[in-house]
Amino acid sequence: MTEVMTKPPIAEATRIAMYELQYRLRVFEKRAYDLFLQNLVKGTSHLALGQEAVAAGFATAMRPTDWTFCTYRGHDHTIARGVSMTGCMAELLGRANGVLRGKGGSMHLGEADKYAMGSYAIIGAQMCIALGAGWTSQYKRTQQVSVCFFGDGTTNIGAFHEALNMAAVWKLPVVFVCENNMYMEYTPIAGVTAVKRPAADRAASYGLEPIVVDGNDADACYLVAETAYERARRGEGPSLIEALTYRHGGHSRADPATYRPDAEVAEWLKRDPLPMYRARLLAAGIAEATLAAIETSANAEIDRATEEAKNGPLPSLDEIEQDTWADGTSTWRN
Amino acid sequence: MAELTYRDAVAAAIAQEMERDENVVFLGEDVAGAGGVFKATVGLLERFGPTRVRDTPISEMAILGTCMGAAMTGLRPIAEIMFSDFLAVCWDMAANQMAKTRYMSGGQITLPLVVRTANGGGLRFGAQHSQAVENWAMAVPGLKVVAPSSAADAKGLLAAAIRDPDPVMFFEAKELYPVKGEVPDGELVDTLGTAKVLRSGKDCTILALGAMVPRAVEAAERLAREGIGATVVDVRSLVPLDTQTILRETIATGRLYTVEENPRLCGWGAELVSIVAEEAFWDLDAPIVRITTPHAPLPAAQALEDAARPSVERIVDTVRRTLG
Repeated sequence: MTEVMTKPPIAEATRIAMYELQYRLRVFEKRAYDLFLQNLVKGTSHLALGQEAVAAGFATAMRPTDWTFCTYRGHDHTIARGVSMTGCMAELLGRANGVLRGKGGSMHLGEADKYAMGSYAIIGAQMCIALGAGWTSQYKRTQQVSVCFFGDGTTNIGAFHEALNMAAVWKLPVVFVCENNMYMEYTPIAGVTAVKRPAADRAASYGLEPIVVDGNDADACYLVAETAYERARRGEGPSLIEALTYRHGGHSRADPATYRPDAEVAEWLKRDPLPMYRARLLAAGIAEATLAAIETSANAEIDRATEEAKNGPLPSLDEIEQDTWADGTSTWRN
Repeated sequence: MAELTYRDAVAAAIAQEMERDENVVFLGEDVAGAGGVFKATVGLLERFGPTRVRDTPISEMAILGTCMGAAMTGLRPIAEIMFSDFLAVCWDMAANQMAKTRYMSGGQITLPLVVRTANGGGLRFGAQHSQAVENWAMAVPGLKVVAPSSAADAKGLLAAAIRDPDPVMFFEAKELYPVKGEVPDGELVDTLGTAKVLRSGKDCTILALGAMVPRAVEAAERLAREGIGATVVDVRSLVPLDTQTILRETIATGRLYTVEENPRLCGWGAELVSIVAEEAFWDLDAPIVRITTPHAPLPAAQALEDAARPSVERIVDTVRRTLG
């Protein structure tokens, strides 16, 4: 596993940007949680509180035209590509100014113009879909990388195997990132998986190196991402990376996560990526005032996004039968 | 005019479109080196090369996922699912992902892709390699559903499907692959969502699709010799559906029959019949009759399979018996 570094080979501005991104992701998810408690967000949602370093590290290392495919726990990965907090929060609130105009909801956030190619709510689907973007890049020689996020639970569905094998055989520029937060929904992943590392221990099946990274360390994620993206751009094929991290909350809105031992939760909270990274930047000589200004700005941004989302209009009922087809309609007969 | 088999017409359509548009790519099991298990894609690898015509592992989820991701990022892919029965192992991709992603993205993402698949019975392959499943796809909003019945339509409709900006499920009748037909020379592109009146009669109207179309036509020819005039409409496209032609031809005779390879329950005919019942009830002279495969898995033995699927004899007998 990549060790924590006090002086990683990453530009200071990049590290500051990664702190800012992690902080913004944190305030977004906390606000989303608050709005659930106020019953302003209907349906379900899957928060990534505690997993911000993965999203920040991997997204920051991407080029703007690299593609992201992620899971229903996708708020962080979507915002990390530059999608607005207002668009995401309004989508959670079912408003017309949502990034999907209210048609997708929490589990499907994405914005094609930002190369955030969607959040996928059926386990494993996006691993196969990410291959297609890789094929486009390979066929058109665009050097774009297709980056695919998934959880530890996904490693036990057939699509995982199909996608990794075919990506390796076709040498596609796809980087698969397993966010191992130790639980598949409510069940410890160790209890339902035949190997210790659900992704890394299976890499050999596809002729790939086992790569494990500290998913609570944005620097480590950034560096491992950079290496994998470069390999993909060189035409050397896919990578499979397992990032070890932890959900601060339950699987979804309905889950208080009481099945997790208190000591385990306490241990991981001590390794909360936000305060850890903040302390590290301060130790590296970055001014307290710089970080405080970032926090003030992000706090204002989430307040503004919340207001804009709450004040957004409800979607027009015409939306129900719009955009099934490329002509904008849902017409199936003449 | 050239005489082509249905299978050669499929390859001709793919070649025509790959020649025209470099974004058209093709993937599937055994499609490149082997030219397809039904030999419907022979010569494409040699002509267009291994980066555009690609063999895959036996991984239907990955095939359709790759097809979808390629479509989302600027290509115009065609995927082959060897037997339409195998759609059951990758139905997530078809029904949840391809069909819904445009809608759920608020119209941001366009999916110009085609899933070709060999559909239906007639080859004694048993219940897992012989199903007609176009009705599965018809039930999913976001999928267009096309099923050609002749070589000319196989070429023209497949070309149209490839140029269409939405996901098209293209059901090729495996029984028809060796059947020859006249195909116009030069570029051929048909129009999705158009039914075709193949012959006209004054006494009744028969709607058929895919492999059932030649049977309906032959039945109509036999009925004509007995003095019974039957109109035969090749539905060709279930989504979009040419309701106008169906209603017009039904109203013209007042008697409607459907000939469906689907098992009875929720076969495509049920939906068409409900449209006719709602919109042309007072123009009907008698109850509508559906001629279908029974609601049972399709048996393998030749004698059983032939009797299970609607045959020329069953169509003729049913019309003769009920028209009276």
